Amino acid sequence: MRHEVTIPQKLYKIFVYVACISLAILSILPFYIMFVNATRGTYEIQSNAISLIPSKYLGSNYAVFDGKSFSPVIGFVNSMIISIGATALTAYFSSLTAYALVAYNWKLRQPFFAFILAVMMVPAQLTSIGFYQFMYRIKWTNSFLPLILPAIAAPTVVFFMRQYLLGTLSLDIVNSGRIDGAGEFHIFNRIVIPIMKPAIATQAIFAFVASWNNYFMPSILLTNREKYTMPIMISQLKGDIYKTEYGSVYLGLALTVLPLFVVYFSLSKYIIAGVALGGVKE
Amino acid sequence: MRRKGVNYARYGYIFSIPFVITYLVFQLYPLLFTTIIGFTDYKGIGKIDFKFLEDIFGNFKLILKNPSFQVSLKNTFGMWILNFIPQILLALLLTAWFTNNRRKIKGQGFFKVVFYMPNIITQATIAILFYQLFQYPTGPVNSLLQNMGIMDASYNFLLNKTVSRGIIAFIQFWMWYGYTMIILVSGALGINPELYEASEIDGATSRQTFFKITIPNLRTILLFTLVTSLVGGLNMFDIPKLFNNGGPDNGTLTSSVFIYNQAFSGSYMYNRAAAASLIMFGIIAICSAALFLIMYDKDEARIRKLEKKQQKALRKIEKETRRLAK
Repeated sequence: MRHEVTIPQKLYKIFVYVACISLAILSILPFYIMFVNATRGTYEIQSNAISLIPSKYLGSNYAVFDGKSFSPVIGFVNSMIISIGATALTAYFSSLTAYALVAYNWKLRQPFFAFILAVMMVPAQLTSIGFYQFMYRIKWTNSFLPLILPAIAAPTVVFFMRQYLLGTLSLDIVNSGRIDGAGEFHIFNRIVIPIMKPAIATQAIFAFVASWNNYFMPSILLTNREKYTMPIMISQLKGDIYKTEYGSVYLGLALTVLPLFVVYFSLSKYIIAGVALGGVKE
Repeated sequence: MRRKGVNYARYGYIFSIPFVITYLVFQLYPLLFTTIIGFTDYKGIGKIDFKFLEDIFGNFKLILKNPSFQVSLKNTFGMWILNFIPQILLALLLTAWFTNNRRKIKGQGFFKVVFYMPNIITQATIAILFYQLFQYPTGPVNSLLQNMGIMDASYNFLLNKTVSRGIIAFIQFWMWYGYTMIILVSGALGINPELYEASEIDGATSRQTFFKITIPNLRTILLFTLVTSLVGGLNMFDIPKLFNNGGPDNGTLTSSVFIYNQAFSGSYMYNRAAAASLIMFGIIAICSAALFLIMYDKDEARIRKLEKKQQKALRKIEKETRRLAK
């Protein structure tokens, strides 16, 4: 207890709060500058690039996008299609695979789980050369399928779902379904999926964000402007056309951040809980 | 041996089929294909035929000798270390503050939400946002430093290799320390409270409690963080590619950007890119294997227990169903 007295309670708390608030500002400030500059004219930004007060050039900044390579609406729609498709597949099939690992006693169960653990860390990026050549040969470049279908096999999500099922699934419920004459597939869809809802919701949020933010694979596969996803649209903002359109670039960036902010701040409770879960899986 | 009644085990196989097929087609096959390409003369856009090289390891030798690849490896590790050390130290400090029972900090929920926030924003957006923030001669950072009187004239940060590397390391740090902190705090909250009570009775200070109880008990989680961060760091692509396109003068070139440039721009050297991918794959496999070995033991003990219970229940239920089915 002696040491405790050397740093007075009050001073310690002030120090901690000042540090935490500074870090919070550090997180928010870049985005705040982005939102404010999205409403400022290029001339204003050139004379002083930092301002805390919005200006009135939002409309003219937006007008610059017309007919150029950055089209947020196309990017938004394409990203939505891909992300929703990929998320639905990941959520459903990872649950199914996890259920197979937990509810049934089959010979290859342990080896299969060991395999999932082993490939969990393999980054898809490293197989991109073969993946691209494969897609090129079957003429699937400029298609959304190679960005959606692989989501059926998501080792990390299966791992999480399995941990969740081991803790929550009561086999008596499954069995009572069997006695009632329900088929195995029916039991999974009608009884197990509702039990897994909380885990599915958490994993779905992360799967959606990961798919939405993915830049590497889409940028290799999609060369047709009409097929560009949001991150590819964002990369267009570095093009020469926007070199002097500072306000528009900030506006473009802001448009891509806005939907993520809405999702994040409305679901933050679940997201933070989901992140915390990732650590305890140890 | 034929069993009577329904054989449920086959559903284990049936329900795993979609995963297995998808994995084989979209991940294992591309991996094997990449491996094969690494040993061939395959380059040029629009071509589909190739043959094996006479010097079968030719691509690997060329890549390992390639000065750009060597620079990219150095940059990748350098920027990862430059981001990871401050990241883990800050996360540990915040963990100590947030889990201190005697001096409770209010607003933890708010801080966690704000600290983690940059992590979910598209990396492409963040890369270009920071590129804009560091614009020369009139970007927000230049304006801010001049308004505060720290600098007299604008400075072109983007032309300085060391500064560019520093900015990328900072972005990574800024995006990930919140994640690491949340994981460490949740790990610390999972530590047996009796340990803390005992230490309190023994008159340990907060500092002693943190270093003697919290940190040793977080060892596995710290290792997990280390390896996942390393694997992620070795694949760093979006930010170095879009922040300054690996420049200036390869100053921020990472191995992923190098691979991308080999394969998808200029000369379309698929074979060399594949060889470089395999080299990175080897490095990452070694790191993952280390994680696997370390994590498996600990996880096993706990999960095995759960599984045994589950197995028992399964057998009981199958028996029962069979009895009822008769």
